[in-house]
Amino acid sequence: MKDIAIHSQEKDIREDLPWKQINTDILRSLDNPRRGYWYSIIVCLVLLAIGFTAEVIQYQHGMGMSKNHPHMWNLYIATFIFWIGMSHSGTLLSAILHIVHADWRKPIYRFAEAMTTFSLMTALLFPVIHLGRLWNFYWVVPYIPSRGTWPNFRSPLSWDGFAIMTYLTSSALFLYIGMLPDLAIARDNTTGWRKRLYSTLSLGWCGNDRQWRVFRKAYMLMAIFLIPLAVSVHSIVSSDFAMSINPGWHVTTFPPYFVAGALYSGCAAIITLFILLRYYFRWEEYMTLPILEKICKLTFAIAMMWTYLNLVEFASVWYGHDVYGKEVLWGKMTGAYAPAFWSMMFFGSVLPFTLAFRSLRRHIPTMMAVSILLNVGMWLERWMIVSPTLSQSFYPWSWDVMWPTLTSWAIVLGSFGWFGLLFLVFVKIFPSVSMYEVKEMVYHRKLATEKAAARVGGAAPAYGAHMKKEDAV
Amino acid sequence: MSSLQNLINNWSQYRKGIEEGGFHHYEHRWGMAIDLNACIGCNACSTACYAENNLAVVGPERFAKGHFMHWMRVERYWDQPEKEFPEQGASFLPMMCQQCGAAPCEPVCPVVATYHTPDGLNAQVYNRCIGSRYCNNNCPYRVRYFNFWSYYESSWPEPLNMQLNPDLTVRDKGVMEKCTFCVQRIRTAKDKAKMENRKVKDGEFTTACAQACPTNAIHFGDLMDPESQVTKLWATHQVSRVDEQGRPRHEQDKQNPELRGYRVLEELNTDPSVMYLERVRETLA
Ligand code: SF4
Repeated sequence: MKDIAIHSQEKDIREDLPWKQINTDILRSLDNPRRGYWYSIIVCLVLLAIGFTAEVIQYQHGMGMSKNHPHMWNLYIATFIFWIGMSHSGTLLSAILHIVHADWRKPIYRFAEAMTTFSLMTALLFPVIHLGRLWNFYWVVPYIPSRGTWPNFRSPLSWDGFAIMTYLTSSALFLYIGMLPDLAIARDNTTGWRKRLYSTLSLGWCGNDRQWRVFRKAYMLMAIFLIPLAVSVHSIVSSDFAMSINPGWHVTTFPPYFVAGALYSGCAAIITLFILLRYYFRWEEYMTLPILEKICKLTFAIAMMWTYLNLVEFASVWYGHDVYGKEVLWGKMTGAYAPAFWSMMFFGSVLPFTLAFRSLRRHIPTMMAVSILLNVGMWLERWMIVSPTLSQSFYPWSWDVMWPTLTSWAIVLGSFGWFGLLFLVFVKIFPSVSMYEVKEMVYHRKLATEKAAARVGGAAPAYGAHMKKEDAV
Repeated sequence: MSSLQNLINNWSQYRKGIEEGGFHHYEHRWGMAIDLNACIGCNACSTACYAENNLAVVGPERFAKGHFMHWMRVERYWDQPEKEFPEQGASFLPMMCQQCGAAPCEPVCPVVATYHTPDGLNAQVYNRCIGSRYCNNNCPYRVRYFNFWSYYESSWPEPLNMQLNPDLTVRDKGVMEKCTFCVQRIRTAKDKAKMENRKVKDGEFTTACAQACPTNAIHFGDLMDPESQVTKLWATHQVSRVDEQGRPRHEQDKQNPELRGYRVLEELNTDPSVMYLERVRETLA
């Protein structure tokens, strides 16, 4: 018996968690987070205000606030890829792991999906902000124009528009569909404006068999639809570069490289948010260390994949006959951007080895720091994709090194505030741990233990015998 | 519907390669030949371009920040590094939009603000441009310039505004602009010829830079006109888009490597409309 107790401590979720308590614990996040939550909100608001001011100034005066010749793309585009990339792990965690029946995703996928949606909404800002005449951004959309002027369907930038909009719509839908049963629980447990909100949003969910059947089908369909979509979205973002003729961009490994990088930064962001949410809402019961360990392992695997693709890219440039490409690569390694390059290599390929050690994986402050640094590394990767090529292209006359201006840094900071604010407001309004799936998980664990106990020979109590009727929702 | 029909009917035409002249039915193909032997690097062409095309003068600070607007620039290359300044000679390369036949800047514009005219020009529609600047990133010659500020507020203080060319707009912030081979002059000449019911004659008009060049280093004309001076220069120096069999012809295919003609970054297959004649320097053995 003692053995089993020790063993069950190691389980990713406690098996004897009553269903009622799951509801209470998770719905608690709707009213009383720790004080740290409110501090985070204030920080985000300040950042957003800084970014917004900078954007207004830039709008008034022109792009000269942030760009120059020949660095037409710069911080904004690097940050754009960064945010798009961040959005990929929500899908990975919820859709792919859903399809392969990885149970441990259940307590944490909801916030990952929210992260996907909000980071896409943040990413979408950047191509617009970086336009010279951003008030005309909708010209990229193929609305029916009276003069027959369509967007250019040959341009990767217009593919970007379609891909991101499709991804945003579907991931928001996916998030919403997956939340339906939980919205119904929230509806039944709240009062006032929240009750009205959840009543509308839960679409009359009452949990009968037919609803569950339809729901499961719809959810699975969305999951299947989202996986190729996520892969194609980041491949298309990589086409912005790979379809151009520039040395250092015109590389066929870009699509898988971008997708790997995306999953990587997304996973790192999930670790950060996991730790934060666990702290804000006292969710130690649900966001347990074994689950954290599993994401860490996943992140480690993806980090190695990313490292491999990086080496492939370097090797193919190095051993290829592309003089210009080689120059750019050499410039990255030894030129003005070398500190950024080597930090990227360190954060991206060396630092993840901390994830390989069990004791470090279970140490929350270390994981917090590591996950943030991993994302810094991934941000540097985007910067190293965009800038060196423009600094050192075919034409020596235009060689130049540039660092972003204060205005562009301010706008980038603002985007973090914007994302953070959206996310924090979301977790306060919606149940950000999936209650019905955690219950399923507890049930599955229970079944497994009972089976094991039955195999050993002890008489196991029938499942559910301990549960009172009102516990079930 | 009709546009769909048009697409179906002309599909094979869209698929033509550069060897068959691409999918364009050119009326003219304006081109240049620039003799670097004659170029003395005086920047008259650049200045003339400023005056003709209402280019904004940005001032030294903005120039240093990389916000310059010169559509035509004269680049200096110090190609004898072993010598000291007075003996070491600079080489000059006037560089402007090469009006590529297969322009990398064109397919990447999300709103088709830049496109190919039947004159073989790479045109820029300022009203359509939203300033994504992808075109500049994809132009290997880096000859597209972006309006970073509302230059009109400061570039032509009274009474300098009186010298603005009325044939052209003054562009505002947020658009990409570039050399168009003085398309306003081309238009005027073509209109005049049309009124008189004839074809445009060689030498009837020229671009501002060619007109201002004191040593006549820049020749401008129609590459479709077999009699024009430019065509003849291209032919003599065996720089040609296609050879007699219709295959693309590159620098390497020249039968006589002694000839001075070349095009910049020709190996990228952008098919530029500007041919340069190499500078020959007397070297003491
Ligand atoms: S030189 Fe540059 S701007 Fe001009 S047509 Fe070629 S790619 Fe376009």
